[in-house]
Amino acid sequence: MEFLLEPWPWYVAGPLIGLMVPLLLMLGGKPFGLSANLRHMCAAVAPGDLNFFRYDWRKEGGWNLLFALGILVGGFVASRWLLPEGYTVAIAESTRGDLQRLGLQDLSGLMPSELFTWTVLSTGRGLITLVLGGFLVGFGSRWAGGCTSGHAISGLATLQLPSLIAVAGFFAGGLLMTHVILPLIF
Amino acid sequence: MSTQVTTTSVVDPEMLAACADATGTRAAAPVWFVMAGVALGILFLKSEVLTWYRIQEMFRFQAFHMYGVIASALGIATVGVQLIRRMRLSAWNGEAIFIPDKQTTPYGIRYWGGGTIFGLGWGLLGACPGPMFALLGAGITVMVVAIASAMAGTWLYGALQSRLPH
Repeated sequence: MEFLLEPWPWYVAGPLIGLMVPLLLMLGGKPFGLSANLRHMCAAVAPGDLNFFRYDWRKEGGWNLLFALGILVGGFVASRWLLPEGYTVAIAESTRGDLQRLGLQDLSGLMPSELFTWTVLSTGRGLITLVLGGFLVGFGSRWAGGCTSGHAISGLATLQLPSLIAVAGFFAGGLLMTHVILPLIF
Repeated sequence: MSTQVTTTSVVDPEMLAACADATGTRAAAPVWFVMAGVALGILFLKSEVLTWYRIQEMFRFQAFHMYGVIASALGIATVGVQLIRRMRLSAWNGEAIFIPDKQTTPYGIRYWGGGTIFGLGWGLLGACPGPMFALLGAGITVMVVAIASAMAGTWLYGALQSRLPH
């Protein structure tokens, strides 16, 4: 039981995450990729007049939306029963120092409270993180045709060159944000 | 039996029917997709890949953790896909498994352009489209703002699709 409460090492969690790809294929030929759900959700609530959202989202995306619902439930279960009291993510000391230099005081919990609580939405930093961050993730993943799960894991596992280019883009963008833009906007 | 009733009661019954349709008559029950998701949500949280901290650590090259998770996930996924391809395994419902290729484009603009924009968002928000849902379930309720923004971004892509280079 102790093991369940500790963070799981990469060599345990990583392979289990990787098993999702063959599992979904075996369950019904489904490709592992989560950003498509954002499209299905748009098609469900606000298709507008756009061709991109005019399709049977229940038929195409029903399984994936259920998968995402499961992820939400999994997040709930793990946070409720599988986290110790006073949990702090054991990131490297150097990262801790960098984040403090960015102006974050509270580095406890799953997410920094200075960026991911409702009250920080009134600060420029919180608003940019949640609204602009979310927007770029949504726009970028759809333009690129996939996100971390669809390109970096599923796409590379099926040996696709487009996915390799997309993953290089993910890293280029992430490095640019982390090292150049974050220090400017935080 | 009772678990199935509670699971289905929270989702649109029409969606469940359509889901069963799409996967054929002997398809895996929708509840299997929910269960696979639950497992993945737990894994996202227990591996800490959904935390903003780990993403920052990764983009600063200050620990191996994220690289270990992604590389080992990719390794197992690749072996699984190769086994399915070489052994010509069929899906649970007996249908052949077809893995579509990503569309290739002349300069791959959508991949490096869209990929870079996604990366900018990933570096800022620290959560990609899977972890967003796990974080919401884990009680970070403000993630609904990020999810709504991600939907807005997706919507804008839908609106601009014909005008964007791919």
